[in-house]
Amino acid sequence: MDIQAFVFFFLSAILIFASMRVITARNPVHAALHLILAFFTCGGIWALLQAEFLAIAIILVYVGAVMVLFLFVVMMLDINIDRIREGFWNYLPLGAMLGLLMVMEMGLVLGSKYFQVPAADAMIPAGVSNTKSIGVLMFTDFVYPFELASLILLVGMIAAIVLTYRGPKKSKYTNPNQQVFVKAKDRIRVLQMPVEKD
Amino acid sequence: MDALMNFGQGIFGGVWPAVWTLIKIVLIVAPLMLGVAYLTLAERKVIGYMQVRIGPNRVGPWGLIQPIADGLKLLLKEIIVPSKSNKGIFLIAPMLAIAPALAAWAVIPFTDTLVLANIDASLLYIMAITSIGVYGVILSGWASNSKYAFLGAMRSAAQMVSYEIAMGFSLICVLMVSNSLNLVDIVNAQDQGKFASWGLGFLSWNWLPLFPMFIVYLISGTAELNRAPFDVAEGESEIVAGFHIEYSGMAFALFFLAEYANMILVAALTSIMFMGGWLSPVGFLPDGIIWLFAKMSFVLLLFLWFRATFPRYRYDQLMRLGWKVFVPICLVWLVIVGVWMMSPLTIWK
Repeated sequence: MDIQAFVFFFLSAILIFASMRVITARNPVHAALHLILAFFTCGGIWALLQAEFLAIAIILVYVGAVMVLFLFVVMMLDINIDRIREGFWNYLPLGAMLGLLMVMEMGLVLGSKYFQVPAADAMIPAGVSNTKSIGVLMFTDFVYPFELASLILLVGMIAAIVLTYRGPKKSKYTNPNQQVFVKAKDRIRVLQMPVEKD
Repeated sequence: MDALMNFGQGIFGGVWPAVWTLIKIVLIVAPLMLGVAYLTLAERKVIGYMQVRIGPNRVGPWGLIQPIADGLKLLLKEIIVPSKSNKGIFLIAPMLAIAPALAAWAVIPFTDTLVLANIDASLLYIMAITSIGVYGVILSGWASNSKYAFLGAMRSAAQMVSYEIAMGFSLICVLMVSNSLNLVDIVNAQDQGKFASWGLGFLSWNWLPLFPMFIVYLISGTAELNRAPFDVAEGESEIVAGFHIEYSGMAFALFFLAEYANMILVAALTSIMFMGGWLSPVGFLPDGIIWLFAKMSFVLLLFLWFRATFPRYRYDQLMRLGWKVFVPICLVWLVIVGVWMMSPLTIWK
């Protein structure tokens, strides 16, 4: 077994373990942490496949930003395990259906060799920057889908604000402009007091 | 060098490349740790002089052995684990803080050949690795099961996520003008242009054409480090010591080491990205690693100077600065640089 295969199996073992723990851990914070580990290991496997841009991107975006906010929320929640367990049988049919769908999709992807789908030649010639080629493709051939995706994200962002906005709140705040332009004589007054005699 | 390579090949055989990489890692990390130790001394001395005090002067001549004494004390102290804390995460958190601080050094170029891993997307790697550092803070705050620690962690998480955006934008400007994500190429790109050919290299570095981004990066860097005046995560007058209040001994020391290693890292990145790295400021002096160290020392002095000068930001002011001041400045300057590069007046070819 060469070193590359060894690294692959090592990372895969961690990835599978972490993914299992995401759904079996009782403590939601532990589950979130295992999800972070899963993303990180996934980045490692992608780097092994010479997709270094994707590998760094998943760590930058998912581990560095998305999961921080996720963890932020999970830590603040007061999660009652028993109450979550109550709904188990109600949600089972929907969950089972989704699970089956995902298994089918994964089977189609993994079985592409068996179904004899012509695979793209993934070997990268030396001296070609992965990052650069993705950038060039993104801003030439795929510029409309790319812009469309960013528009969808913008809509999602505005939707989240609209859904949670409860109108202006009466809150005390200080206006930074006024703070900056404040003068000493607005705040303190120096008085001249003659010395009192007897 | 060849003799050393052959010698190593002879002793270790096939695993020699791995051993050689390990040796190189030690050669980077050991001076870094020494630098961290003496940065703490420098901080106390510099702030001492700024406040008309002497600073540490008892242990060794001019207090030079003080950091060693501090380190020994921390090593020998007991690590107290709070009884209601989440023990595993409580102990992992300091490691999560220090690991990214060290891992980021893998791609930092000291000269154009002296770099551990000269990878294509080293700037992206730096951004990805440094963004993981926030987990140490968040998890320590949560696992301590203490309200002060938790408040500190929440503040720190919000602050680091906010300032990462401004930081990212300022770096985007740098990589636009250097047309590369590789740190070595970024430095080499600063060696071109009219001023560099006149022998006035320091005027062709990125700090001049990207001056607003330089300032934004420096201030966001200070905020990312949770350094004064952005140290609301520690805020000893409000939340005692923030996220590391429950830590003692070496576990606390790891947070301390991580903070100072990150300071040196941000200083190195500022020098590489905006101040020409190892390039010499004038034509008649040779380039060399000494220039990089001089520039890093200058940025580190700025950090210490900030701490001695500015009062701590209030939390809302800090968020306002990040979102309402820096992000708009970055967006406008990004467009300006883009137009500048496409116009006939461009200085980047």
